[in-house]
Amino acid sequence: MESNRFLSVLNVSKSFRGLAAISNVSLELNPGEILGLIGPNGAGKTTLFNLITGFLRADSGEIEFLGKNLVGLEPHQICKMGITRTFQIVKPFSHLSTLENVAVGCYNRTADLKEAEEKAWEIVQFVGLNKKALDPASSLTTPDRKRLELARALATVPRLLLLDEVMSGLNPTEEHEIIDLVRKIREAMGLSDRIVVIHHGVCIADGDPRTVGEDNSVIEAYLGKGAYLAKD
Amino acid sequence: MSFTYILQTLLDGLLMGGIYGLVAIGLTLIFGVMKVINFAHGALMMLGMYATYWAFALLHIDPYVSIVITIPILFLVGVCFQKFLINPIIDAPEHNQLLLTLGVSLFLENIVVFLWSPDYRVVKTPYEFVYFYIGDVSISLLRLLAFCLAMLVAAVVYLVLTKTDLGKAIRASSEEPSGALLVGINVRRIYWTTFGIGAACAGVSGTAVAPFFPVYPTVGGIFVITAFMVVVLGGMGSVIGAFIGGLIVGMADSVGGLFFPGAMKNLLSFVIFILILLFRPTGLFGGSK
Amino acid sequence: MREHQPQESCLGRGLSWQKWLIIGLIVAALHFLPWTFPPQYVHIMIMIFLFTIMGQGWNILGGYAGQFSFGHSLFFGLGAYTSTLMFVHWGLSPWIGMVFSCFIGIMMGLFVGYLSFRFGLSGPFFALIMLAFAEVFHMISISWKAVGAALGLLIPLKGTSIALMQFVDKKPFYFITLWMMIGALYLVWRMEKTRMGLYFLAVREDNDAAEALGVNTLKYKMVAMTLSAGLTSIGGTIYAQYLLYIDPDITFGVMNSIEILIRPIIGGPGTVLGPLLGSLVLTPLAEFTRLAFQSYGGVYLMIYGAILVGVIMFLPDGIMGLAKRVFYKMRKEVG
Repeated sequence: MESNRFLSVLNVSKSFRGLAAISNVSLELNPGEILGLIGPNGAGKTTLFNLITGFLRADSGEIEFLGKNLVGLEPHQICKMGITRTFQIVKPFSHLSTLENVAVGCYNRTADLKEAEEKAWEIVQFVGLNKKALDPASSLTTPDRKRLELARALATVPRLLLLDEVMSGLNPTEEHEIIDLVRKIREAMGLSDRIVVIHHGVCIADGDPRTVGEDNSVIEAYLGKGAYLAKD
Repeated sequence: MSFTYILQTLLDGLLMGGIYGLVAIGLTLIFGVMKVINFAHGALMMLGMYATYWAFALLHIDPYVSIVITIPILFLVGVCFQKFLINPIIDAPEHNQLLLTLGVSLFLENIVVFLWSPDYRVVKTPYEFVYFYIGDVSISLLRLLAFCLAMLVAAVVYLVLTKTDLGKAIRASSEEPSGALLVGINVRRIYWTTFGIGAACAGVSGTAVAPFFPVYPTVGGIFVITAFMVVVLGGMGSVIGAFIGGLIVGMADSVGGLFFPGAMKNLLSFVIFILILLFRPTGLFGGSK
Repeated sequence: MREHQPQESCLGRGLSWQKWLIIGLIVAALHFLPWTFPPQYVHIMIMIFLFTIMGQGWNILGGYAGQFSFGHSLFFGLGAYTSTLMFVHWGLSPWIGMVFSCFIGIMMGLFVGYLSFRFGLSGPFFALIMLAFAEVFHMISISWKAVGAALGLLIPLKGTSIALMQFVDKKPFYFITLWMMIGALYLVWRMEKTRMGLYFLAVREDNDAAEALGVNTLKYKMVAMTLSAGLTSIGGTIYAQYLLYIDPDITFGVMNSIEILIRPIIGGPGTVLGPLLGSLVLTPLAEFTRLAFQSYGGVYLMIYGAILVGVIMFLPDGIMGLAKRVFYKMRKEVG
């Protein structure tokens, strides 16, 4: 097996009480790529994230990051290796200030207070929360909480960032703001796009956004059998 | 150690276990529906004991008849407790609710000390020393009555939960609060009703033990810790689990008494408790996590 | 370029020289107190300091790291019994005994901690398991003849001796507890400014999020447990030496666990000054009502109960939480 692959998920399965949440999913991720993992509700996206980041342990299959096996590692170890995830339901440290929230992430790479604080200010500025840096995270609005979730994850200096439903619960205007932010991250890192669709825990399509959008099984998964997408 | 002696021990444990079961049913109902660990449950039981004592001392009501007084009083106390103290902080972190009930427990126990002194009081019934014999095994009438009372109330609670609309609503709120709200169940009302029923169970347990147990302000402490064990053993929120758990803990306590001296007799049940908490926090009868 | 970044550090804020001066003056004034106040007040001050030390111990685990212990009497009791038994049987100085107490307390803490945290036990389940362990030791100490059983242990007073931590006068205890308390407060104040301190808070606020951001939550809970158990055990040793008597109820009893945790809860859990504020309010209250009501000694517990209910309902972050809210509001209004 090539050991210099970025992230490779191979035939991973996970079931809860006999119910398969993920079955035989494989995917590859190349460096410098944005991978969109999409699928209807309950398709198993979050489960896959939990498996990659060590919050759940796969029943079978392999997950490798830069040639190292991830299965069986604790989430904090995986974070140290360079994979950071955000949560679909944001989990701010409510009693801590925005800056302190971000600083927790910064401490992943340094134990020095000055350095962590310096970096935390930089990131808070980057995501546009600098006016609220000293307010408790509990006082932030929903879109700001999403920003905070992103900021904390960025602060750990990840090589791979897993964003779980960053847009859920936002209205269209707020969505655009977050998209702009993600775009900013992407520009800063020079990334390209690819999409993987999973449905009922099974990987059903993999390719660039246009190809995937025209794939019949994807259309079926979202709209039901017999549905068509008008092509322009 | 003769066979009769072991049988006697198990029987004593079983009879006491029924009481533990009833105390635990109240606790587990409250936990199941509100996720509140009620530290004041022992204090509520103590109030039940005092209600029985005063009904007996002042009005000469037979202790077992006094449930007609204890049930409504404790139900009301439970309802007020939930409405005015628990409800305002129902969304606070779990340990805050634990502390609140601890505060209430300290308050109730010590206001009783203040009002009626810390002295032991005894409810003396004419049938105090009546025993039945099966072979060489003796059964105290008082303990048998207490056990039957506990069984009866447990059965009533169980029937209410399974057969009535109220019971269905309680179980629905316990399993899926937001879902219960969606189908039109008044969850707030279910909360205080459940707390009332839980408190009434504690009260009846108090009544049941009053004729053979000294009545004093901190008596509930003995029962409440045992009841926690029972609830965890039976699976938090499970009514049948609580009753069976009560029987098991009752017998473990009396069997423990055979092997460990004096105050160590509860050691066995504590060890079981710790092991269950560590390895199967959902209880013996609960589902997996 | 960074418009809103204040000049001074926001994570590791130091104290201004004015504040240091005020603290210095208060500490200096406290050194004259034993000569100006009657002995019973000195006793109350000692109890305030002692319970601040133990409250701070609880606070590190319960307040900062968010692992709510309902059985800190376990460490208190182990601390008190270890040094006392070593002193009574082998004549070992309690100063050395204190080191052993601390060690045994920590070992027990790590044992219980590893068992619980390894299995992901938290919240009320952790609270109950701590309670259960404390109760197990309570039962053992009641039944075991070699440790005095239910009667407890009397520590023979051999006259004033610094080496044996025995003093006929209260003043030396006053200074021992005062400086230990200052030490404990300083320790926690320093801790707050480190990565460890912030990690504790992250674990308390959200275990999963902390883990996702690279915090080894198990390790930090164990570290919090170590500090907490050690500090509380030391408190147990000093308590035993001061009162010269211990028994199962006042050491391992449930009520003692409550005494230890209620002060930081009321003062403000997860704050440096919380345990001290709580102790300043509750300790004199307990001591005075105990004197005033004599045989109805439990009355102070009634007031404890009422205060606890009031604080939980209206000041969930304790006295310090209220102070912070007022301060935050003022800062907002000023701009």
